[in-house]
Amino acid sequence: MLLSIQNLHASINGKEILKGVNLEVNKGEVHAIMGPNGTGKSTLASVIAGREVFDVTAGEILFKGTNLQKLSVEERAREGIFLGFQYPVEIPGVSITNFMRTAVNEIRKYKGLDPLSGGEFIRFMEERKKLVEITSNLTNRSVNEGFSGGEKKKNEIFQMAMLEPALAILDETDSGLDIDALRIVANGVNKLRRPDNAFVVITHYQRLLDYIIPDFVHVLFQGRIVKSGGKDLALELEEKGYDWIKKEQEA
Amino acid sequence: MVQLFSRHRQQIVSCDTPGMSTLRDQALESFLKLGFPNTKMEAWRQTDLTECLARGYDYPVERMPEEDTQKVFRCNIPHLDTAIIGQLNGWYVSKDVPLMELGNGIIMGSLAEAKKKYPELVEQYYGTVADSTSEAFTALNTAFAQDGVFIYVPDNVQSPKPVQLINVIQHDENLFLQSRNLIVVGKNARLSLVHCDDSYNHQASFSNIVSEIVIGDNAFMDHYKLQNLNNSSTLITTTCFRLGAAASLESHYLSLNGGLLRNNIRLHFNGPHGIANIYGIYLMDGKQHIDNQVFIDHAHPHCTSNEMFKGILDEHARGVFNGHVLVRKDAIKTDARQSNRNILLTDTAKVNSKPFLEIYNDDVKCSHGSTTGQLDNEAMFYLRQRGIGEDSARMLLMFAFADEVVGKIAIPQLRQRIEDMIKKRLQGELQICEACVLHCSTPEQPVEFYIDLSKI
Amino acid sequence: MESDSNKIIDEVTRGDYKYGFVTEIETEFAPIGLCEDTIRYISDKKREPGFMLEFRLKAYRHWLTMKQPDWAHLSIDPINFQDIIFYAAPKKKKDLSSLDEVDPELLATFNKLGISLDEQKKLSGVAVDAVIDSVSVKTTFTETLAKYGIIFCSFSEAVQNHPDLVKQYMGSVVPYTDNYFAALNSAVFSDGSFCFIPKGVHCPVELSTYFRINAANTGQFERTLIVAEEGAYVSYMEGCTAPQRDENQLHAAIVEIVAMKDASVKYSTVQNWYPGDKNGVGGIYNFVTKRGICKGSNSKISWTQVETGSAITWKYPSCILMGDNSVGEFYSVAVTNNQQQADTGTKMMHLGKNTKSTIVSKGISAGKSQNSYRGLVRVSKNATNSRNYSQCDSLLLGSLCGAHTWPYIQVENKSSIVEHEATTSKISEDQLFYCQQRGIDMESAIGLIVNGYAKEVLRQLPMEFAVEAQKLLSISLEGSVG
Repeated sequence: MLLSIQNLHASINGKEILKGVNLEVNKGEVHAIMGPNGTGKSTLASVIAGREVFDVTAGEILFKGTNLQKLSVEERAREGIFLGFQYPVEIPGVSITNFMRTAVNEIRKYKGLDPLSGGEFIRFMEERKKLVEITSNLTNRSVNEGFSGGEKKKNEIFQMAMLEPALAILDETDSGLDIDALRIVANGVNKLRRPDNAFVVITHYQRLLDYIIPDFVHVLFQGRIVKSGGKDLALELEEKGYDWIKKEQEA
Repeated sequence: MVQLFSRHRQQIVSCDTPGMSTLRDQALESFLKLGFPNTKMEAWRQTDLTECLARGYDYPVERMPEEDTQKVFRCNIPHLDTAIIGQLNGWYVSKDVPLMELGNGIIMGSLAEAKKKYPELVEQYYGTVADSTSEAFTALNTAFAQDGVFIYVPDNVQSPKPVQLINVIQHDENLFLQSRNLIVVGKNARLSLVHCDDSYNHQASFSNIVSEIVIGDNAFMDHYKLQNLNNSSTLITTTCFRLGAAASLESHYLSLNGGLLRNNIRLHFNGPHGIANIYGIYLMDGKQHIDNQVFIDHAHPHCTSNEMFKGILDEHARGVFNGHVLVRKDAIKTDARQSNRNILLTDTAKVNSKPFLEIYNDDVKCSHGSTTGQLDNEAMFYLRQRGIGEDSARMLLMFAFADEVVGKIAIPQLRQRIEDMIKKRLQGELQICEACVLHCSTPEQPVEFYIDLSKI
Repeated sequence: MESDSNKIIDEVTRGDYKYGFVTEIETEFAPIGLCEDTIRYISDKKREPGFMLEFRLKAYRHWLTMKQPDWAHLSIDPINFQDIIFYAAPKKKKDLSSLDEVDPELLATFNKLGISLDEQKKLSGVAVDAVIDSVSVKTTFTETLAKYGIIFCSFSEAVQNHPDLVKQYMGSVVPYTDNYFAALNSAVFSDGSFCFIPKGVHCPVELSTYFRINAANTGQFERTLIVAEEGAYVSYMEGCTAPQRDENQLHAAIVEIVAMKDASVKYSTVQNWYPGDKNGVGGIYNFVTKRGICKGSNSKISWTQVETGSAITWKYPSCILMGDNSVGEFYSVAVTNNQQQADTGTKMMHLGKNTKSTIVSKGISAGKSQNSYRGLVRVSKNATNSRNYSQCDSLLLGSLCGAHTWPYIQVENKSSIVEHEATTSKISEDQLFYCQQRGIDMESAIGLIVNGYAKEVLRQLPMEFAVEAQKLLSISLEGSVG
């Protein structure tokens, strides 16, 4: 078991957003989390990553058998949790190359590995760039600064390729992408799929799931996972809309 | 002070032309009228000199014996090829050649000597750029200053390598110094000047340095002011620039250490199409105090000015920024930008920022911005989510913050060194380093930075 | 037809001050000039209790020790305080108990100004206190408001009927020692509005005071005090006009606002005092001290001002953010034309934790006017996690005017964020051309663009005011391009 979430409650400024989420993710699986806006999808991603503005009021998150509660944001990242942001922040003055080199080497250090030398790092970076179809000039720019929506998302996928996480949570990575960018993002994910890692894809639309085929689909509604199923559930949702879930819940 | 002046008048005026002596008398009179500035004055509200002035100081009126110049004036920045000239305790260090005349017509050396040797040339510019009637410290300087540096780059001459002026204070008594520099860059000429203010031991000092810099039509000057003094030093610098038509200036104020630093920057566009970029970075901690006052006088049309001052303040440090852009009535097509950004690292550090625009013309593009805060939380989370530790993330963001200014340094070796110094400074490692003049590191101890920020 | 349309164009583009008429009413005056006797005269006229006279005299004595401030970017002709009449009141025939007893001339005056004191024809949902020269002539809606426990009356009535409240709050936000003009006002103020919203009451109507200077050679020194108790809400509006006269008249007012825990006060001003003529002759000196204190936690004070009138404006509506989580706002449009001068802005003093302030200032200068924004944002050491955002833009119309921005920023803790941005530019030629190409004349185009530019502030105004303010903006700028 890679990730196990039990009865997770989380709130921000006293307002409860997650009201008892249960989720289990095994190695080699792709899970999709769907649901209408404002039901807590992004909150769930942030809480797993350890964002401090959210208070976990009940329940626990186990990652590779360890309770994440006491781990800082960076410790979770070094353990192998990667969050692909819905709105990646711009960081002027920090080039992507420096940023990634620092991250890669800090993670290596955490794992007891020697840092990559400049040459090794560059070779590794070039290889990863090719893998996710990134053109070369992106990495010389400051992190996300002046990037288009599509460039930002591609940059997230590139970083995921660099850091090789055990669990990647992609928060609405498909939003704001045209069809070409969407394909690049999806191809990146598919190339990185391995028997020993897992993906949680958060999305509002079924569209992305045409490219990244999920093993499981969950519907998050009002802070709880109210429905789970196979990939057909996504199609059913697409067809019937979220009102179907709402009605079902009200009934 | 007047007594001191009258007692030593003979000595003080010894190198002057008659015109300059008159200037001295007038300046002294102005100073007596103005007195030392106090915090009731708008321009000095945030900078209190009481404590600094209360310390006892020696007022050296006679030239002091020269130290072993080889020992004091060495710069160990690798591959930085500069023509070094030095000043020790306010006096030009001559090495028996008080004034150098280079083959291309460049004159470089002691201002006192230049007054004797080229009275007309000096008189043409001396006292014409700095204001000795309303600014107390300039008046004081004009009245008392005896020596300093004179650099003259004739029309159409490009100085082949940067000139590095190292101003060192090393004395066993507390010193009150007045030094005066005059730098003239002729039409179509080019000069790069690295001006280092340094203290060498822990003795208290009070320096009042006035520099007049004339940049001729279509000339270019690249100017660096590197400040790295001990915590008991007070440094008041007044640098007055006059830019001719289509002249351009790149000026960098890099303040890494000092007890109380006050930089008065006065820039006057004396013709159309001038361009001035003034950058500043200050990293202060302890009880250090930095006050940057920038006045830009857009007196002519089509000029562009850009100020960018950034600071990181730790512990009890205090940062003051006072920008004043004046756009006069006929200065159409003026483009003026002012920006001051600060990061406070503690609840005891303080910032006062006053970016002021005074505009008497509608055909302009002016803007200013000021922000004070802490490191961006979103960015911190993003970096940490990628596995970068909190300290490293903080360091990375602070360095990026500073690098916007440092990155503008055009001399690569100098930029590299300043970046290294900033990294060390951000780690709190760099206090005063006794090993060399610039308080950089010594080559035997290479800069170690936890995160490797070197550009790949 | 053609002559008609010419006439209309002429009328519209002359841009004259349309409130410049004088009302012929019988007025009684205090003896000209200022001395302790003047103050005793005023206090006596108003049959004030002893504490008021004492307060006035203390203020006067303090004022004598002060000097007129000279730090503003204004050139002010010396004011001779011995040439000013400090008290002028329309003569009352007897005590007013109904509208019928208000001098019909006065009613006509206010009708002409577009202010109806007749409750039948009232502006929907607005209670008005009308102040002419030194005294309040009529407050509408008083009885209706009383049902909610709201006190809305003239300051003089408050002194008579609610002396304890006056004693408790008067001078608590702006002490008489605060500044030169505040001291003067504290000594000689004659009337103004008083407004008290009790705990938990959401004031159902907009409260407003209309200030009118009518008599010649007089100064107007009114004082407004608004107290919102815990959880109370009120929106308050203020409007001002004065006749066209060749001499400068002094208006030195004080506004104090106290907001307790969870209370919210919105204060809107449309200031249209006579600005003087094109050559700078005459006009009102508008030297006003406005300050509010967010005393309790989660309280909020919001200032909105549209400043188009006055020869000289000197005012800085401010907020002292004392309560934790309190909020201060300042929205301002200041227009200067011809020879007008304005030095206006705000102070946001962050003292409590998590306090927030927003400043949006839009300066528009035309003609030969000088328009300055001056603002202080101070975040003290204990005001942790505070935020300020300031946006101060200046628009210049013509090459003879000036626009100046003086922000003072002071931050003393690490967890707060203060941001200031400002731009200065001229009206966009592209926008003007675009409008003109669509058949809009230059003046209207300017009016249109300026209104768009000021929209962020205008939309903060209550509906009744917003329309008026928009018209005013266009009118104030007429004749500014040639």
